[in-house]
Formats: sequence, structure tokens, C-alpha cells
Amino acid sequence: MATAENKLAFDGGWGYDPAPESTDHIEIKSRYGLFINGEFVKPEMGKYFDTVNPATEERLSRIADASQADVDKAVAAARAAYRGPWGRMKPAERGKYIYRISRIIQERAREFSVIESLDGGKPIRESRDIDVPLAAAHFFYYAGWADKLDYAFPGRRAKSLGVAGQIIPWNFPLLMASWKIAPALACGNTVVLKPAETTPLTALKLAEVIADAGLPPGVVNIVTGAGATGAAIVEHPGVDKVAFTGSTNVGRMIQKKLAGTNKKYTLELGGKAANIIFADAAIDQAVEGIVNGIFFNQGHVCCAGSRLFVQESVADEVIAKLKDRMETLIVGDPMDKNTDIGAINSSMQLEKIRSYLKIGKSEGGEMHQSSCSLPKKGYWCRPTIFTGVSQSSRVVQEEIFGPVLAIQTFRRYDEALVKANNTPYGLSGGIWTDKGSKIFKMTQDLRAGVVWANTFNKFDPTSPFGGYKESGVGREGGLHGLDAYVKLGA
Amino acid sequence: MALSAVKKSVRLPDLSNVPSVDEVGVDERVARFQSRSIKKSSKVEALKLILSMIDLTTLEGQDTPGKVRQLCQKAIHLHDAMPGLPHVAAVCVYPTMVSVARKALAGHDINIASVATAFPSGMSTLQVKLDDTRMAVKAGATEIDMVISRGRFLAGDYRYVFDEIVAVKEACGDAHLKVILETGELGTLDQVRRASVLAMHAGADFIKTSTGKIQPAATMQVTLTMLQAIRDFYRDTGKMIGMKPAGGISTSKLAIHYLVMLHETLGNAWMTPEWFRFGASSLANDVLMQLMKQSTGVYQSADYFSKD
Repeated sequence: MATAENKLAFDGGWGYDPAPESTDHIEIKSRYGLFINGEFVKPEMGKYFDTVNPATEERLSRIADASQADVDKAVAAARAAYRGPWGRMKPAERGKYIYRISRIIQERAREFSVIESLDGGKPIRESRDIDVPLAAAHFFYYAGWADKLDYAFPGRRAKSLGVAGQIIPWNFPLLMASWKIAPALACGNTVVLKPAETTPLTALKLAEVIADAGLPPGVVNIVTGAGATGAAIVEHPGVDKVAFTGSTNVGRMIQKKLAGTNKKYTLELGGKAANIIFADAAIDQAVEGIVNGIFFNQGHVCCAGSRLFVQESVADEVIAKLKDRMETLIVGDPMDKNTDIGAINSSMQLEKIRSYLKIGKSEGGEMHQSSCSLPKKGYWCRPTIFTGVSQSSRVVQEEIFGPVLAIQTFRRYDEALVKANNTPYGLSGGIWTDKGSKIFKMTQDLRAGVVWANTFNKFDPTSPFGGYKESGVGREGGLHGLDAYVKLGA
Repeated sequence: MALSAVKKSVRLPDLSNVPSVDEVGVDERVARFQSRSIKKSSKVEALKLILSMIDLTTLEGQDTPGKVRQLCQKAIHLHDAMPGLPHVAAVCVYPTMVSVARKALAGHDINIASVATAFPSGMSTLQVKLDDTRMAVKAGATEIDMVISRGRFLAGDYRYVFDEIVAVKEACGDAHLKVILETGELGTLDQVRRASVLAMHAGADFIKTSTGKIQPAATMQVTLTMLQAIRDFYRDTGKMIGMKPAGGISTSKLAIHYLVMLHETLGNAWMTPEWFRFGASSLANDVLMQLMKQSTGVYQSADYFSKD
């Protein structure tokens, strides 16, 4: 057994000097308008809001706050483009434009990743190696479908819907924009997209890319703003389809508003994924999977593995190894290439996470955080785990959306399964075992949209993504992702 | 020594309890070490540390006393044009060259490592291997790099391999024992982990990846698996075991990745030549070139660095 004396020491000694990614090549305008009908225009009401760098609390730019009149303009532009050039264009031609977008994203990958990290606080390693390449991959993937829809739905005729209103969250700004825009365009729709108010910059850069790619005006419109702007899009009579990724509460409001209308919708909502470690798992790799599951993107991940279930006989070992591993996680400047955990996206989110840390402790949970130091300015949260919590704890039940893991142990397969499914959510799950048969049984039994085996948080444009229960409606990605943007006729 | 005389305190562990290793997961972790960006003073510090951890090696049939003497000279004087450099940790030679190295290194704090036990194949009897070991120690080797009987290990005869290591350890006397697993012949990381556990329980002071005569030699995947075995052994017993990747590490960049891996797996206590070595012949010159580049800002021609 591990004893206190046999602890490993990771602090002091040799360390890594700062290795910041350069921001010299980045151009962020002091003010951004709305991208409507192929150009940036001023908002009708003349209102702007700030977008700040969560690592420094400094303002990056002023962003237009779109009102009802602006949304009207955007929807009208989208409608005109749909009736006009885009709707009449041959599918193969549409595909060319989408390919062009992906190639330009690749060419400007460095710019996109730097801005993503500046605006959202995520480590540059993640935006560089995950967000931006995946965003380009989504456009590439759906570009290929543009002229092959008849093969996607054999025997059926796939027709476009019209104008898609899309509202995306702040955790993967560019990636979510491409998840939404790429299939919509491939199926022949036009788009009005609203990025989150704390992370609008890469969507506005994407607007530049779309203009550079020569898409006809109005095919993609990007309007910025907060909840009211989103509501105006959802309720707009000129919108034929609503795609939303965000919290379950807002999802519920949207569903109520859409009830009784003719609008098609997909909702990608919250999650509280179970990550289940069996005693026969490859333990050292499972520990990596726990870290990747909950600390990736500061835990701002709807499919984060935020509930850990460890089989009793290896629980002490797994938790001890997890604590060691947490000591080696580098928390700080998102622009540093060695940073593992960046800044919390906003002060509001940080407050929410902190309130859950209090709740967890008051519920009797034992909290452990890594001993890392935090920068003075900016919004930060140390990687955190709770042990001694149970199914009735709020930190186990509710989505925290931060680097906070709730750990429980289990004895038998059935116990793990019942607890894993005992949640209103059902977006994702993870299972770690050396036994293939157990993997197949567990993935059948888990009520979750995505289940990873011996890995976690893996994404690919060819693979559908979406939730059970309160985690959402519909699927995005892959062949299934096309279905959300077409109506099928005989 | 008869095998039955194995000390009671040393017992063959139950290898069925050794945790399994997922190779895909190991690849991912290794990729993360490789994405660390080591710059400026942390790079210089790392390069100097690497120099001090090198077992400068020559293990060829055509080795001559002259070549070994040259190697020893290099071990002492890595690059006198650059003051303040450490010396390497050890010189590693065949048993017949130990006495030559001993004379050449007299008065210097550099270890003499000798391969033994019918290196590199290990295809001989225990008696021959023990004689080989004793001869090297008698000639002045302070460290013995033995090979395990891979054939027996792969056949599942763990008891034989275990007893053999115990016996060689006994024959080493005061010399440190490095146990070469020859991971390139073990096939899977599961086997590497199992062999590591076996060797540590049998009394290895160091575990070492490879002879350098079989491809693949050291890889980061194999080394990570062995470091994790060392970490768990330390947690369970409180005993520190050293690690030596050998073969195929010839650039500074790769060696720095190994240091990052060591740093994030075992922590500070292992970041010394006492607990970590690189078995390498051409690594030293690449590190020296990088160090010169760090101080002068330009790369010098390879001709400015002695090749021995």
C-alpha cells in the first residue's frame, strides 16, 4: 500500500520556462459590426458590448448587440440568398464553397487558435491541436456530402429546409460554429448564427473567411448579442429550423417556444457523464482518461466525464495516482504552449463553479485540489476532486461545467450501471476495462448518446453526437447530422 | 552459488497481479510529453543534466583498447572549449575492456559499467554468466548491465529468470546491477511491465530497456511503462529503482522529451544521474552542439566536436 512517506515530489527542481505563443500576427479590430448579407454592418440600435480576455480581464474588442431589427435583416438576407443564388446552385458547386471554407481555416489555423485562446481562455495547445483542426475537418466532411445527399438517404429525396437559426455556446466557439454551419450549407440551407456573448471573435473571423471564400451574400449571417438576440432568432417566423447548443434550461425554454410551430429543431444540452473504471482496466491509462475526461477545456465540456465511478478494489490506487497526476497539470496563461488548464471562461462561470465547491463541502464531500499557484488577474480554478459524495449530492447530480470531479466507488457491475443511469442527463459515458465483453454489455446498457471505451472525449466529424433525456434532441455529426437539415420526400 | 540458496527475503511476486497496459493510451500520453515546449534556461539546464546522465557506450566486436581510452578521455573532457560542463555518468564497455577503462579513468568520479551475462543474447549457462559478471567486477566495473533470458521469460518460466537475476546480483557484490529487459524482444507493453516488476523484486538497482543490438531499442512508450512500474514499486516498498533507456536516443530533442516524461512521472527525486541514465554513444555530441548554440546563437559544424 502507498504510504505518506513514499510520496512523489513534482514541485521545485527543474521546471519549464514560459513558452508563450506569439500574438503579434493577430489582428483584432477595436469594434465589430454584424455580418449580414455579406458585409459587416452597424447594429440598428447602435449598442455594443465588451468581449474580454478571461486570463487578463482586459477588453479585446467591442461587439455589436443585435436587436430585433438586426435579426429581421439577417433573416431576410438569408431568405433572399436561399430563394436566390444558393438555393438554385448545383449541389456540387455548393460543395466547392464549403471545401474552400475548410481550406482557408487550415491556412489561417494559427490565427484562429490564438484568437480562440485569447477570447475563451482555453489552452493554446487545445485550440491548436483540437478545436481548429476539428473545425476544418467538419467543413471538409460535410462538403463531401453536398452532392451526395441522394446516397445519404437512399430511395428518398432530401430537400433543404430554408433558413436555419443557430445558437452556439462559449466552450468551443469555432468548432460549434462549424458543427452547425457545415451540414446546414451542405444540405442547401442558409444560416443566421449567433455566437455566445463571451466568445464572439472566432465566429466573426469565420465571417471574414466566408466573405473571402466568395459565398453569395446572405448565405451565412452572423449576429452577435446575448439571450435577447437568441430569442429573436428562435421566435422569428422566417426561420425554418433552430439548432441550439447550450444549457438544459435554455433548451427547455426554446422547446416551449417552438411547440406548435412548424420549425424543425435540434438541441444539444447539458450532461453529467459517468466515467466508469473497472478493476481490470489498464489503471495508468484510465487515470489519464479521468484527467482528459474532466480537465479538458477546464471542464467546460457538455460531455465531460464529471462523475467518476471506480471499482472498490482499485479505488485507493486510482485516487492516489489521480492526485499525483493533478500535481503535474500546469494551470495558467492560456497562450503558453505548456499550459494544460487555462482560464475559466467568464467571471459568471467562475462564480458558479465556486458556489458548487461550497455546496460540495457543505454536503460533506472531501475536497482535494492540486497545489498549483494561480495568476493574480483573471478567472481561475484549480483542478478539483470530491470524494465521499453520493448520488444524493448536488455535485453529483448537477452539471458544474468546470474542472470539478465527483468520485464514487462501486462493487458490482449492476451497481455501477444503476448509478450511472440515475441522472436526468444522458449525453456521454466512459468505460475502462480490459474485457471486451464487458465493454459491449456496458455500452448497450448505458443510456447515453456517446459511450467511449478505454478513451474519452474523442470527436470526429463522421461520428454522430447527441443526447438522451435532458441532454437534448437530435444528432449532430456524421450521416445523422444531415438528417437535421433536410426534409425527406418520396 | 546454487539457485536453492536464494535469500528468503527475495520472493518472486505474483505476476498475474501486474496491471495491464493499454498501448493506445500510452501513445497518447507520450504525445503529450512530446508537445511540451522546453526553452531558454530550462533547456540549458536540461541539456547539462542530460550530459551528466549519459553512459558513454562502445559495445562492438571491433573495440580496441585505444578506442576505449579515447572514449574515457571524452567522458572526462566532453568539450573543454565550453567551461562548466559536467562529466558523463559512466563509460560502458565489454568485460575485457574494463581494466583499460579503469586505468584511463583513474582519479575521476566516473563509473565503469560493464555489460555481462553473455551480452547481448544471454544465450549461455548460468555458470558462464556468473563468471562473466565476477570477471567484470574483479577487473574494476562499478556497474554491471546484465541481460535477462528472454527465451525463458517468453516461455513463462519466470522463476528461472527471477533466480538468475538474484544470482547475478549476488555475484555483483558492491557493483550496481542494471537489468536489461531487451524490450524489443518482449513484444508487448504488458510483457515489459511484467518483466520490470520481476526484475525489481529480484534486486535490480536499475532497469534498462535494451542492449542496443535489437530493433526497436528504447522507445518513449516502453520507457514510460517501465517508469510507471518503478513508481508503483516505490509506492509499495519505499525503494527507489533507477531507469536507463538505451539505444536510439541520439538527439537532444528526444532526450529532453525523456526528461519531461521522467519529471512528470516520477518527479524530482529521480532527476539525477544516480537514478536515471541514457545509454548512448552519439547523443553527447548533439547535446554539446545544442549547448553551444544556446550560448553563441549559432550552430557550429560537427567538426568542432570530437568523435570517439
